[in-house]
Amino acid sequence: MSRTISYREALRDAHFQALSEDPRVFLVGEDVNCYGGTYAVSKGLADHFGADRVIDAPLSESGFVGAGIGAAMGGLRPIVEVMTVNFSLLALDQIVNAAATLRHMSGGQISVPLVIRMAMGAGRQLAAQHSHSLEGWYAHVPGLRVIAPATVADARGMLLTALADPDPVIIFEHVGLLALTDELPENAGAVEIDKAAVRREGSDVSLITWGGNLPKALEAAKQLEAASISAEVLDLRTLRPLDDAAIVATVSKTHRAVVIDEMWKTGSFAAEVCTRIVEQAFFELDAPLRRVCSAEVPIPYARHMELAALPSVARIVQAATEITRHE
Amino acid sequence: MSKLPDKARCHALYRQMLRIRRFEERCGELYKQQKIRGFLHLYIGEEAIATGVIGRLEARDVISATYREHGHALVRGVSMRAIMAEMYGKVAGCSRGRGGSMHLFDVQHGFLGGHAIVGAGLPIAVGLAMARKRLDQGAISVCFFGEGAAAEGEFHEALNLAALWELPVLFVCENNGYAMGTALARSESQTDIHLKAQAYRIRAEVVDGMDVLAVDEAAERAINAIRADLKPYFLECRTYRFRPHSMFDPELYREQAEVSEWKKKDPLLTFRTQCGKAGLLDETAVQAMEQEIGTEIEDAVQFSEQAEWEAESDLLKDVYSPRGAP
Ligand SMILES: Cc1ncc(C[n+]2csc(CCOP(=O)(O)OP(=O)(O)O)c2C)c(N)n1
Ligand SMILES: [Mg+2]
Repeated sequence: MSRTISYREALRDAHFQALSEDPRVFLVGEDVNCYGGTYAVSKGLADHFGADRVIDAPLSESGFVGAGIGAAMGGLRPIVEVMTVNFSLLALDQIVNAAATLRHMSGGQISVPLVIRMAMGAGRQLAAQHSHSLEGWYAHVPGLRVIAPATVADARGMLLTALADPDPVIIFEHVGLLALTDELPENAGAVEIDKAAVRREGSDVSLITWGGNLPKALEAAKQLEAASISAEVLDLRTLRPLDDAAIVATVSKTHRAVVIDEMWKTGSFAAEVCTRIVEQAFFELDAPLRRVCSAEVPIPYARHMELAALPSVARIVQAATEITRHE
Repeated sequence: MSKLPDKARCHALYRQMLRIRRFEERCGELYKQQKIRGFLHLYIGEEAIATGVIGRLEARDVISATYREHGHALVRGVSMRAIMAEMYGKVAGCSRGRGGSMHLFDVQHGFLGGHAIVGAGLPIAVGLAMARKRLDQGAISVCFFGEGAAAEGEFHEALNLAALWELPVLFVCENNGYAMGTALARSESQTDIHLKAQAYRIRAEVVDGMDVLAVDEAAERAINAIRADLKPYFLECRTYRFRPHSMFDPELYREQAEVSEWKKKDPLLTFRTQCGKAGLLDETAVQAMEQEIGTEIEDAVQFSEQAEWEAESDLLKDVYSPRGAP
């Protein structure tokens, strides 16, 4: 048996399962209870699990992320929802200076089995303070695990695996994906969070991406096929630790790569992926690497300007075509 | 002045304070010999607070503190050898040499840091209280911090959360009047820190942090209240640090006369005098304590000198857990 559900419903189902199965699990964040979650992910959970397990937090990002860290250290399994990655900047201290360091600073005595979820990404005309992509900043930090579900199955399964992880895990949920639908088996559940996944096989060029840009990469691959270019699409899924083997494997197969990343190009996570390719698979390359990133501008409000700032199917197709028709 | 307890308890309180004092004096020497490196923040002058508060805790309670936490760890029962070895950077240290003086941890003793970001320990203590409340009703989370933390947003967020969510946290503000070189009045519009806690509807009191009995009594009162209703309590302990902020501080911001004035209130000196007058603590007893403590300290130094360095091949250890169950 299977059914068609949205990415948002998949996240909600995962929360439902986690809260049902483990009394140590609770969800805390701004407006997760009465409001039903800013993006309606937690809608209905409070009715079922009560205010002790689905906890509305005041506007205190550092405070409730820090409380999540303490609760995790103390034996609970908190899921902390931060409304968007922009607001997580007010909790950077707790995430970077505490969650990521406590195991190490304590010589391995302390675990911080904390899950922090945050919405991210542009595309909804929310302008320059609600549209950031900063997952690469977090992926910079040893001690954190950083994941980005790009499919409905991963939205359903990654949270459960993250909760079982003894270390802090940050989940980035691109707002552009929430309405995505897919068919999932009735018994869909936890999925591994160590490996990248080839979402489409191809032989001429690799499109490497994660999270919110996977649908764009898949669409680009379709259009490239019409132009007789066979594109492989690799979904990284986990940004830290990065699945180097999968990156090297796809590049060794296609000998060309375009990395698609919604972060600004300077210091983007795409830069890290490209460097790894150069370090580990330089001699496999038949063409220069290309990056399709956001333009170096705070995300503008006007629709056409916002779109112009973001990676697009057209830019991916163009980049892939240029390096494939290189010789 | 508070009424003195029986002789055994007077001895225990004095001994604990003396142990911190002598240990830290030795740390200061070892720092000058470059055996201890990094930052070293001494607690000398403030010993009555850790002694009074931690003495009132149970094994199931948890503690978090700042970078000025050697005394707290000692009173809590973390082994002196493990603390000293940590400062030496040896793998036998209580944080395996990865933390140093500012990051002492000992989970066995519920000693959960050692936090060196001013104010950051408070939200964590709130979360620890959430866990204690759910997993062991009646157990509490105690958080020590300096008055400098009151200027940080995390202080206010944590106080509000603890009160709003009704959590069993004991906030202990060690108000020594200075945050590095910044006198309290130069950083706070309201210098009565406990009033800030009251603004969040947390029970709060001012305590003479130089008087171990006053701290001991206030701690008992606070802890009983917290265990009874599982709601937070705040103690502002007024104290003074006799030493520089850390070993790098030329003390340009205060007069030696001020330090001398406060030294008259030295918690060891005043308590010893008080006990002496009541015939509860004599010279022989103090000498015996000095002897024992001296031996314990030299043993810790020897242990740390001889302890192994961690192999460099272990560099990446303890960044992540071995995957699987925590
Ligand atoms: C967030 C942050 N800012 C600055 C510092 C540098 N710093 C270390 S200790 C300190 C003073 C803190 O004073 P207080 O909280 O009163 O504690 P005390 O040292 O007096 O015990 C400062 C500014 C820091 N560690 N963390
Ligand atoms: Mg101070």
